[in-house]
Amino acid sequence: MRFTTYLKEIDQVQLFPIISLVIFVTVFIGATIYALTKDKKEMDEISQIPLND
Amino acid sequence: MKIEKFSYDNTIVKNFGIAVIVWGIVGMLVGVLIAFQLAYPALNFGIEYTSFGRLRPIHTNAVIFAFVGNAIFAGSYYIIQRVLKARLYSDLLSKIHFWGWQLIIVLAAITLSMGFTQSKEYAELEWPLDIMVVLIWVVYGINMFGTIVKRRERHLYVAVWFFIGTWVTVAMLYIVNALSLPVTLTKSYSLFSGVQDALIQWWYGHNAVAFFLTTPFLGLMYYFVPKAAGRPIYSYKWSIIHFWALIFIYIWAGPHHLLYTALPEWAQALGTVFSIMLILPSWGGMLNGLFTLRGAWDKVKEDPILKMFVVALTCYGMATFEGPMLSLKNVNFLSHYTDWTIAHVHVGALGWNGFLVFGMLYYMIPKMWKTTLYSVKLANTHFLIGTLGILLYAIPLYWASFAQGLMWKKFTDSGQLQFQFLETVTHILPGYVARAFGGTLFLIGAILAAYNLYKTVKQGSFVANEEAEGVPLSEQPMPQGKVYWHTKIERKPFKLLILSLVAVSIGGIIEIIPTFKIDESVPVIKSVKPYTPLELEGRDIYVREGCYTCHSQMIRPFRDEEARYGEYSKAGEFIYDHPFQWGSKRTGPDLHRIGGKYNNVWHYNHMLDPEVTSQGSIMPPYPWLFEKDINVSNTPAKIRVMQKLNVPYEKGYDQKAVADLEKQAEGITQDLKNNKIEISSKKEIIALIAYLQRLGTDIKKAQ
Repeated sequence: MRFTTYLKEIDQVQLFPIISLVIFVTVFIGATIYALTKDKKEMDEISQIPLND
Repeated sequence: MKIEKFSYDNTIVKNFGIAVIVWGIVGMLVGVLIAFQLAYPALNFGIEYTSFGRLRPIHTNAVIFAFVGNAIFAGSYYIIQRVLKARLYSDLLSKIHFWGWQLIIVLAAITLSMGFTQSKEYAELEWPLDIMVVLIWVVYGINMFGTIVKRRERHLYVAVWFFIGTWVTVAMLYIVNALSLPVTLTKSYSLFSGVQDALIQWWYGHNAVAFFLTTPFLGLMYYFVPKAAGRPIYSYKWSIIHFWALIFIYIWAGPHHLLYTALPEWAQALGTVFSIMLILPSWGGMLNGLFTLRGAWDKVKEDPILKMFVVALTCYGMATFEGPMLSLKNVNFLSHYTDWTIAHVHVGALGWNGFLVFGMLYYMIPKMWKTTLYSVKLANTHFLIGTLGILLYAIPLYWASFAQGLMWKKFTDSGQLQFQFLETVTHILPGYVARAFGGTLFLIGAILAAYNLYKTVKQGSFVANEEAEGVPLSEQPMPQGKVYWHTKIERKPFKLLILSLVAVSIGGIIEIIPTFKIDESVPVIKSVKPYTPLELEGRDIYVREGCYTCHSQMIRPFRDEEARYGEYSKAGEFIYDHPFQWGSKRTGPDLHRIGGKYNNVWHYNHMLDPEVTSQGSIMPPYPWLFEKDINVSNTPAKIRVMQKLNVPYEKGYDQKAVADLEKQAEGITQDLKNNKIEISSKKEIIALIAYLQRLGTDIKKAQ
């Protein structure tokens, strides 16, 4: 009945925190690169959107 | 290029705006009442519907889902139309959304006061209401995404990202946490039990703060702060990092609510690490808001709206610094179960949410009624009173929590606990009184706002459909030059939706899946057995009366807690607890090892009038438990649901349950009779005594 039964088979619980750290670091670096490579002019344009309605 | 004429729907914003003010005042009023109840228990009025245990969930639900919820809808509907240059997708859906949500709020207030609760903090609503919430949330989603699809602005402004992130995450959290098996229309048992249930509840509870009180409000902030200041956001690049980092990190931080509990060590560590990392995006967001006002500080001196935004952002900064600090184990060991948490959330709720909402209303309402604010002076007074209210609320509670936390841990030279629990409570009562006055001040401010806005509305004329124009997307030329991959994503809202869902669900999955292996990671304690039918009914009464709002059932492995309450709690003791009752606050003492500590007579007298056994106690009396009969008509059904949840009652036990219940009740009644107390064995108090006497005793049998 418990759907948890289906998930019980996963091994290597101790890897979960490490995986999580890796995913976090990747996304954080990714987001930073993403933001820094944005075109300045385009950024200014978008940030004006609320002021132009 | 063809320019299209269309109009913004202001009516729906108006409706939600009125609801914000009405429910805000109601929610705060209940808050003020329960704050005074803690100092003056007579204010519980001796009736069930107004007792603290039932009103407290009404306060939290009203403030979170009615006040803040309606503000999210009012603000996001105002914003998305304007930054997307499109009328809302469907007027009909808007109407269904509005009336559906108000209906849920009314039903929530009624059912919670009647004691229909799942007893999970901020998720107390029973299953039929949960289904309604999900349906209305879907309506909100369709209306929002429909608008995004027919937009006339290619870029999605960052505020919209925050609303999308909010929508997906709240949907996911709410559904998972509310999973339960119904017994009747008004009663269900959580699908999860014990440690697992606790982890999922705080994964939800923490993220309710994150994705209901924070991300949508950042969406509001990113629109209304630039609007009110008349200049664009300080750094749009920061806002992008802010968004992704925030939604990604927040989802992991939940376990910091369960430090030093029976939760596995690695999960606790994970919660702490991610909580500390949260400072970065949170402060980035706060500074982005505050820096937007650079060069406009002269305006801040005059304009009550900007003043409120500055205090809101400052409170956001304070609360998001304090949060990570509270999740450090060496701070948490003192702060947890005290009023520190309450002070912390109110800095957020009153300062960040409250002031941002009022600033938003002061901005939006004159605009939609084509007029100016009725009285700037009154709004400034509101600002002043509100700020004083926040300080008077928080400071005494910080004092109270330090004082009480230290008193709990104090030993005499001869190694005895220096203070009785009750002494630590009576010591901090002046702090409770001051806090209640702080809350009252904030409420008075809200009433001033209501009056001011009412007068504003009276002097203006409402524009139901605000004229606007824009070029349809299909007619707009694609921008020239190099197009980055992320620009493509931003222009595609559904990709953004899916990516944010992936971002938040990875966090959830990695955090939660290991607990599904709980049978292996929780050492089995052979002597832990399911509750008897009478105890189960008693437990349901415990849940109904909201005992968990003041009493924990989780003894942490500290010298003082073991000396005061008994052996520390083990994960294996809770495997049949659907739902868990660990609690989060000790207004009264922990109850996990209460079983056998006092005799039945003591419990009988204590529940009838706590002052008889504990002079100076602030617990309200529960006279109705001595009048109402135990409802045994659902007992067999409850046993059957428990069996489905893998609680090992023998096959066919549902048919024997009531007979067993009556037999056990007879025993307790006889014991009371021997001590000259006459009461029918059918009364609810008997079931509650049975449950309390069972608590935490199973492992003693093994020894």
